[in-house]
Amino acid sequence: MNIEYNERRSLAERSFKGKIGTTLPRLDVPVQDMPDAEDIRTDLFLPEVSEGEVVRYMTLLSQMNFSIDTNYYPLGSCTMKYNPKVNEEMASLPGFANIHPRQPKSTVQGALELAYNLQAILAEIVGMSGCSLSTMAGAQGELAGMLMIRAYHVSRGDHKRKFVLIPDSAHGTNPASAAMCGYEVVTIPSDTAGNMDINALRTACNEETVGLMLTLPNTLGLFDTNILEICKLVHDCGGLVYGDGANMNAMLGRTKLGDLGFDVMHFNLHKTFSTPHGGGGPGSGPVCARDILVPFLPSPVISRNTDEESDSYELYEPDTSIGKTSAFHGNFGMLVRAYTYINLLGASGLLEVSENAVLNANYVLANLKDHYSLPYDRVCMHEVVFSAKMQKQQGVSALDIAKRLIDYGIHPPTMYFPLIVEEALMIEPTETESKETIDNFIQVMQAIAQEVLDDPSLLKNAPYATPNTRLDEAKAARNPDLRWHLSS
Amino acid sequence: MTSETRHSPYVPNTDADRDQIIKCLGVSSTDELFGDIPKQHYLPNLKLNEPLSELEITKELQRLSMLNYTPDTMPCFLGGGAYRHFIPSIVKHVISRGEFATAYTPYQPEVSQGTLQTIYEFQSLVCQLFEMDIANSGMYDGATAIAEAALMACRITNKDRIAVLNTLSPVYVSVIRTYVEPQGLKIYSVDPSDIKLDQETACILVQHPNFYGYLEDLKNIAKVAHENDALLVTSTDPIFLGMFNAPGKYGADIAVAEGQPLGVPLSYGGPYVGLFTCKSDFVRQMPGRIVGKTTDTKQREGYVLTLQTREQHIRRERATSNICTSEALIGTAVVAYIGSMGRVGIKHVAEMTYHKAHYASSMISKIPGYSLPFGGTFFKEFVVRCPISPAKLNSYLLENGLIGGIDVSDRVENGLLIAVTEMNTKEEIDRLVYLMAEHPARGNNLL
Repeated sequence: MNIEYNERRSLAERSFKGKIGTTLPRLDVPVQDMPDAEDIRTDLFLPEVSEGEVVRYMTLLSQMNFSIDTNYYPLGSCTMKYNPKVNEEMASLPGFANIHPRQPKSTVQGALELAYNLQAILAEIVGMSGCSLSTMAGAQGELAGMLMIRAYHVSRGDHKRKFVLIPDSAHGTNPASAAMCGYEVVTIPSDTAGNMDINALRTACNEETVGLMLTLPNTLGLFDTNILEICKLVHDCGGLVYGDGANMNAMLGRTKLGDLGFDVMHFNLHKTFSTPHGGGGPGSGPVCARDILVPFLPSPVISRNTDEESDSYELYEPDTSIGKTSAFHGNFGMLVRAYTYINLLGASGLLEVSENAVLNANYVLANLKDHYSLPYDRVCMHEVVFSAKMQKQQGVSALDIAKRLIDYGIHPPTMYFPLIVEEALMIEPTETESKETIDNFIQVMQAIAQEVLDDPSLLKNAPYATPNTRLDEAKAARNPDLRWHLSS
Repeated sequence: MTSETRHSPYVPNTDADRDQIIKCLGVSSTDELFGDIPKQHYLPNLKLNEPLSELEITKELQRLSMLNYTPDTMPCFLGGGAYRHFIPSIVKHVISRGEFATAYTPYQPEVSQGTLQTIYEFQSLVCQLFEMDIANSGMYDGATAIAEAALMACRITNKDRIAVLNTLSPVYVSVIRTYVEPQGLKIYSVDPSDIKLDQETACILVQHPNFYGYLEDLKNIAKVAHENDALLVTSTDPIFLGMFNAPGKYGADIAVAEGQPLGVPLSYGGPYVGLFTCKSDFVRQMPGRIVGKTTDTKQREGYVLTLQTREQHIRRERATSNICTSEALIGTAVVAYIGSMGRVGIKHVAEMTYHKAHYASSMISKIPGYSLPFGGTFFKEFVVRCPISPAKLNSYLLENGLIGGIDVSDRVENGLLIAVTEMNTKEEIDRLVYLMAEHPARGNNLL
């Protein structure tokens, strides 16, 4: 007997006329006149599935994922730390989850107080004077930060600046954000120590320089030892320094970007402050700025008004704001989570985060550098970048090694990034993993290095124990199948 | 009382572990690892509160949350881009699964089939709802979705002017300005009664139903747009599509929406998800992530992120957008919502919403002094011209335990924009009508 039963079949394939997955409340007002028949939809085709079937299907789908709750993710530059459950409980309190974004301020004082406090906390952590929480992701924080720098130059009648300096190790969002501001990008190379090439920077700085977009520590996991000189060079030519906060986990409590000379920066609450990644969002990307850029912060910002009789909070738009970046006030639910996390840790807890993130990364570095090529052999911060170029000589790529890790139950590291490292494997252990987990990861990576020597073909077909083996990405792009259709 | 040193519950390394690691590294202390940080800027004073226990932080956040009044206890007639619709229990249960909530972006397809297949469902459901060819996996929210749609239309047409119907949400216009003006693109406003487009116009942006709740003449607008080689970009309320014709039916080239009404809590404005659809010809100009179906080495079906050469991590400054998220977990909520509501449920919610909103409008229009200044068809929001200023009326309503509507007196004299959904009971609507009628400043106190 041949039973065909595709447990991954789609909602469309599960749909049968007459099934329903919800209950229909009764209408408690008189039926009203209907609109013109020509406006009425007669062709709404959506799946008809019972509730239990939807739950079983979506639970099955969830079980085909790796996640922080189930697996270790040494995923460089992504800071896949544990996401505390209390964050979720707090964000779903009815007084936060159910309030409408247009409610009068007197009815949302608790939400505004929380947001006001979070602005102050974030600004304090980086030593800046102001903060806006209205940007909904890191990349949007970058865009807002660069628009603020643009608005600053324009406000001074300085219209000749058009080049944004970006190191070759930067995330792709940096040049993409600069382009969205209408600017051109000048790429600054890295030097042999993994710092920015200071001479190249000196040459590039001129009266047409908008500013510099810099990630610190950089995407090699290295703290640029010339940071003070870098900021000075950019300031001396009239440019401003933008800080990409992707790697703030290493910096918590250790140093303040504002003290080092950064003018504006964004946080990724979903990296540094433990809000869940959600399979690709929602995130949140608050922007903090030094005094000269505070008047340009995206709207709204929350202010506190205290006098003898009252103490209240309200939303306001800075005089020369770059404008709104979201329909309302940013991803408030993520702010509640980050606020919970930071208050639970306090200053001492944040120091523990950076301490253990950096200890763990250096521990991985020390234990793997005899097995994988280490392009920059120096103390790293929260992440370390190896190269699989030795393995490449055996015909095994960084991709193959990454896929093989899956068979050991570990999520692959970030691969082929930063672009300046050949066959890059970028590893960020994070502080929320136990030494046992990291020891296991080290042993697995060492075992894989041995497998490369013993049986390279084993790696070429990995992974083996997943719902799908390697997928044909070329076919997906050549013949895009982006949806199902349902026409009855 | 225990006197042990407090450690973060989220850092499993013990003191012994740390000592072992430090020994392995051959350094004297952790501080040595931070030696690249300029000495004068190392370990600055950090003015933060003392650490709180879970019990303490829970109490503090409960205190803050209870300072807020919610529509659960205070009837609310606010809309303007975010709407209170019923959310079935299934939604929270599905998105609370750690396997969805704590997963990373699905760049590694073999360990992300759950997220990828869910996004494929999301794209499919959104296309079905909009009657459009293709959808991406989601944008930040409805406002940034229409802003990115305008940028996309300029790329497709290679033109630099954007016509905006003057009935588009003012907050959307504000976000559109933030996005398009730095690129040298120009926005101009168009009145629905007299739509004229110049030849340099890339697109016309239309909200349907518009910010004031009323349907636009999409058929005619599409005709004018296409005669001028401009694209029609629409922004729609997704619940509206349960009852009224979809943008695809009118020939929209790009159709977007705020996805919040589809099972997403109000949460004071976010996180939400922007729905983004277009004609299939334009797929390579689309911003955002897209999931496609393919096969694996054993010829089994599976899903991957596809057409990634549009995106910032490949194309850098030449990418279609800098976006690097899809609000995936909110998209998962939308799948659970539409999946369980289905055809019948979505249609029912739309119809209940319609009848309740029209009941409210008919009752209000019967109160002496109040009128409905706009003709035409509306769905769940409508503008009332009040006999007094809407600000005063709203304060009076608030004093009486009810959150009124949005003050639109900048557009309509004494105009108040009222939204009604299936969540508003007849009792709430009758209470609103009663309070509007008895407002003392009218000199017509019915008490």
